[in-house]
Amino acid sequence: MSQHQPDMISTSTPERQPVVNDFSITFCTVNGSGSATSNLTVLRAIFKMGIPVSGKNIFPSNIQGLPTWYSIRVNKDGFTARVEKDDIIVAMNPATFIQDLDYVVPGGMVLYSDDIKLTPTRSDLTYYPMPVKQLIRSIDITPQLRDFVSNMIYVGVLAWLIGIDMEAIRAALEYHFKGRAKPVETNLAAIRVAYDWAAANLQENHTYRLQPMKATEGMILSDGNTAAALGAIYGGVQFVAWYPITPGSSLPEALIEYLPELRMNKETGEQNYMIVQAEDEIAAIGMLVGAGWGGLRAMTATAGPGLSLMTEYLGLAYFAEVPLVVWDVQRVGPSTGLPTRTAQGDLTGVYFMGHGDTNFIQLFPGNMNECFEFGWKAFDIAERLQMPVVVLSDLDLGMNQWMGQPFEYPDRPMDRGKVLWEGDLDLFEAKTGKKWGRYLDVDGDGIPYRTLPGNLNPRSAYFTRGTGHDEYARYSEDPEVWERNILRLAKKIQTAKSYMPGPVIQRMEQAQAGIIAVGSTDAAVQEARLKLADRGIKTDYMRIRGWPFTQEVDEFVRTHERIYVVEINRDGQLRQILMINYPEQASHFRKVARVNGLPLSARWIIDEILSQEEK
Amino acid sequence: MTTVDAQTGINKVGLSRADYKGLPSTLCQGCGHNAISNQIIAAMYELDVIPEKIVKFSGIGCSSKSPAYFLNRSFSFNGLHGRMPSMALGTLFADMTLKGIGVSGDGDTASIGLGQFKHLIRRNLPMVYIVENNGVYGLTKGQFSATAEKGLTLKHEGTNLFLPVDICLEALASNATFVARSFAGDPKQVKELIKAAISHRGVAVLDIISPCVTFNNKDDTIHSYVFGKEHEVRLHDLIFTPARDMLTIEDFAEGDTRDVELYDGSMITLHKLGTDYDPRDRQAAFKVLEEARVKRELLTGLIYVNPDEPSIFDLYKFPEKPFNRMTEQEIRPPSETIRMVNEWMFSA
Ligand SMILES: Cc1ncc(C[n+]2csc(CCOP(=O)(O)OP(=O)(O)O)c2C)c(N)n1
Ligand code: SF4
Ligand SMILES: [Mg+2]
Repeated sequence: MSQHQPDMISTSTPERQPVVNDFSITFCTVNGSGSATSNLTVLRAIFKMGIPVSGKNIFPSNIQGLPTWYSIRVNKDGFTARVEKDDIIVAMNPATFIQDLDYVVPGGMVLYSDDIKLTPTRSDLTYYPMPVKQLIRSIDITPQLRDFVSNMIYVGVLAWLIGIDMEAIRAALEYHFKGRAKPVETNLAAIRVAYDWAAANLQENHTYRLQPMKATEGMILSDGNTAAALGAIYGGVQFVAWYPITPGSSLPEALIEYLPELRMNKETGEQNYMIVQAEDEIAAIGMLVGAGWGGLRAMTATAGPGLSLMTEYLGLAYFAEVPLVVWDVQRVGPSTGLPTRTAQGDLTGVYFMGHGDTNFIQLFPGNMNECFEFGWKAFDIAERLQMPVVVLSDLDLGMNQWMGQPFEYPDRPMDRGKVLWEGDLDLFEAKTGKKWGRYLDVDGDGIPYRTLPGNLNPRSAYFTRGTGHDEYARYSEDPEVWERNILRLAKKIQTAKSYMPGPVIQRMEQAQAGIIAVGSTDAAVQEARLKLADRGIKTDYMRIRGWPFTQEVDEFVRTHERIYVVEINRDGQLRQILMINYPEQASHFRKVARVNGLPLSARWIIDEILSQEEK
Repeated sequence: MTTVDAQTGINKVGLSRADYKGLPSTLCQGCGHNAISNQIIAAMYELDVIPEKIVKFSGIGCSSKSPAYFLNRSFSFNGLHGRMPSMALGTLFADMTLKGIGVSGDGDTASIGLGQFKHLIRRNLPMVYIVENNGVYGLTKGQFSATAEKGLTLKHEGTNLFLPVDICLEALASNATFVARSFAGDPKQVKELIKAAISHRGVAVLDIISPCVTFNNKDDTIHSYVFGKEHEVRLHDLIFTPARDMLTIEDFAEGDTRDVELYDGSMITLHKLGTDYDPRDRQAAFKVLEEARVKRELLTGLIYVNPDEPSIFDLYKFPEKPFNRMTEQEIRPPSETIRMVNEWMFSA
C-alpha cells in the first residue's frame, strides 16, 4: 500500500516564482537497469532546446544491481560544474530512496516509482509517484522490451512537469538509436503515455521550468574520451595498444568505432592503422615503444594502475628517445581505489615517474575541445621532441558529456620531427659536415635526428638500448659520455617549452589573489571566481595546460603573492609540483585540495577560499 | 644449399660474409650464445638476406646482448627484461616487409617474460624467436632460471627443487606454428633451423640449449676473487673465467642419440628427431617432448611446424606501403570530414 496519498501532490509547496533554466535533476537508479539511455535523452533534449546543460554519471564499480546517480545541471549562464544539491530527483532505487531525499533542496520535487513503498522523511518536498508498471503494460511491446523501455516513463512525466520539448526528445532518441525507427518509436510511445498520464493526473506545479534558449546553437555534445580519440585520428594515429580499464577504456573504444569511418579505404577495405588489445599494460606500452621507435604515431589510454605497470617501459622510451602518447584518464587511487570515480591524483606520480632522472612531457586538457586538440597535438610534440607525452585527463572529463564548440580541424601541418630517410643521410652529412649519429645534437636544441627501421641505407641502422650510449649509439659506461647525454636530455625539456600549449589566463581588475588549476576543475573554478567576485574577492586565474611550464606560468607565479591551487587529490599535488618548480615563490601557493570521488563543486571552492582569505 | 659465389665469397644480393657481422662479442669466451650469433650470420649470408630488411630485438641478459654481435647493418632494439615480444610487435607494424629476429634468454623468456612470450605466439607475429637457454641467469651472475634442472646445485644458490619450464611445450601449448630445439654446439643444425625459421610465415620458436661456461657448473671449477677484501660481498665479485673453446660436437645422423659432456662434467643426451618423424603432427610433437622428458633426453630438431596458419598480418587488410612511410595526406582525414564528425556529436 502506498504511503503517499494523492492529495500530497503539490499541496506542500506554496505558490512561488518558477525557477527557469537554473536547476539540477538527479536520476537515482540501479545500475544495469538501462537508465543511461533515458538520462542521456533528457540531457540531449535540453541541449537541443538551446539551454546550457551538463551531465555527470556517479556510478559504481559493478555491472548490475548497485546504486547509480546521474545528475543533470541546467544552467542558463552556462555553468557546468557539479552542484551539491538537487532541485529534482527521480527516485527509482528503493535502496537509496530515503537517503536520496536528503539531497533535495526545500521545495524540491521528487518523482518516484510507485512500487517504492517507503514513507518519505520530508514534508517540504513535492512528491510525484509514477505508476511505472501500469503505464508500461498499456504499451504494445513484448514483455522482454518492457524493462528497457520502462525508464522512459520518468522521461515522459518529467517532460510534462518541467517542459521538455517533445521534438527535442525525438531528436535525442533518433541520435541515440542512429536513426533506427523501431526503437525510436517504441521509446517515444512510452514517453507519450507517461506524458499524457501526467497531464491528466498531476496538478501543474511549475516550480521548475525549461524555456527554450539559443545558447547552445552551433555547439556539440561529447565526452572527453571520444573527443580525444577523434583528435588522435586527425593527428594521424597509426598504432593503438591498450588494456581495458575504467575510465580509460572508452577512449580506445571510440578509436575502434571511428577509425574505420575516417581512416579505412572504403573501396579496398584497407586500413592504415592497427589497434591491439594487449595482454596487459606492460605489453600495451611495449608495443607503443616498438611502434614509436619504428616511426608510427602510437598511443594508448589507461588509468592509474595501468600507468604504474607502464612505468619501466616509459623510462626506456624517455632514455631511448622514443615518441609515443599515453592518455592517463585519472580515477581515484591509491591502489584500485574508487575505479569509477574521478580524481587528479596522478599528478606527482607522473611528474616523478620512472627511476633515475626521467622526465615526461605532460598535457592537461581542461575541457572536451582540448581533449580533441591535444589528441592530435600530443603526437606533434612527442615526435618533435622524441619523447613520451602523458596526457592527464580524468574520469569526469573523459566519461561525462560536455557541451563545447565544434571540433576544429588542426590549424597546422603535422610535425613529424627530425627523421632521416635513405637520401637524407647524405644531405645531413653535407650540411653539418658530421657523420650522422643517432644521439648527436647538431642543432643545439638537444634533439638528435633519427632513422627508422626499413630505411635501406646501409648507414642508417643503429643499436637502441636502455643502457649507456654515446652520440653514435655505441655502448658506453664512460662518465663523461653519460653526463653529456643526460644533460642533453635535460636540454630537450628546455626546448619543449616552445612547443607546449601555454596556460589560459583570465584576469579581474584589482585582483587580490590568484588561482591555479589544471584539467576538469575548470568549470567549478570559473563559477567560483564569479561568485567570489560578488563577495568582493577578485581573482586572477591561470589554468595550466602542460609541463614543462612556459614563461607565462613563470610570470603569473612571480606576480601573484597569494595563489590558491585548486585540485582533486589529498596532498595538493599540483601545489607540490609548483613549489618544486618555483622554490623562490614556494610560499605563494595555498592548498585547495580534496578528494572524495566527486568532481569539485564551485561552492566548496568558494568556502575554502573564503575561509583562507579570512585568516 | 647456398648461392654464394665460391670464388668471391659474394652472395646473390652482392654481400660478403663481413656484411653480416656484428661488433666483437663481449660475452665470455666459449659462451654458447656466441656460437648462435655465428650461425645467424651464416644463415643470413647464405640465404641472401638483405640485412636492412631484418630488425633485431632482445630483452635483457647475456643472450639479449648478442644482437650487437651480428648483423650490424640491421636496426636493433635491446629492450626490457622479459618484454621484447610486445616491442617487436609494435615495430614490425611500422614496416610489414621487415622480418624480426628476437634473441632472448631462458630467464628473459621463461621467468619474467613468460606471459609476453605466449601472447606473441598467440598472435603469430612473423619473426624468429630464439631462446638461448642455459638454465641460469648469466648476466646477474648465476641464479637459477625457470628452465634449470631439478636438483641442479649452483655456487651461491643451493639446489633447485623445482621442475623446469619446457619452452617448447609452452610454445606448443600456446599454438605455436613453428617449434624447434637445438644445441649451440651443433652449428649445422642450428644454422639449418634458423634458415627454416626465417622462412616461416609466423612466429618461429627456437629453443637452443646454450651452455653458460661461467655459471652453470656444479663443481665450482670457476674461481672468484673478492675485490679488495677477504670476505665475500657478492655484488662486487669479480669472476675469473678461463678461456675455453666453444663446445662443439661432431655432426651426427638424424634419429641418433649422442651423449655430450658439458663443461661442468655433466652429461646431456641429445636425441635428433628422425626422418620418419612428421613435424606437422601436433599430437606427436607433444608425445615426443614428453617421452624425451621422461628419458631425460634433449630432443633436437624441428618439433612442430604448421606453415599454413595465417600470421597477424594476414588477418587484416593493409595497404602495401609501409605505415612508417605514409604521408600526412594519407593519415590525416581531409578537412571536409570535420563537418561530418561534428554532426556525429549531436550538434545543436
Ligand atoms: C625488471 C628487471 N629485473 C631484473 C633485471 C636483472 N636481470 C638482468 S639479466 C637477468 C637474467 C637474465 O637471464 P637470461 O634471460 O637467462 O639470460 P642469460 O644472461 O642467461 O643469457 C636479470 C634477472 C632486469 N634487468 N630487469
Ligand atoms: S656468463 Fe654465461 S651466459 Fe653470460 S656470457 Fe658468460 S658464459 Fe655466456
Ligand atoms: Mg639464461
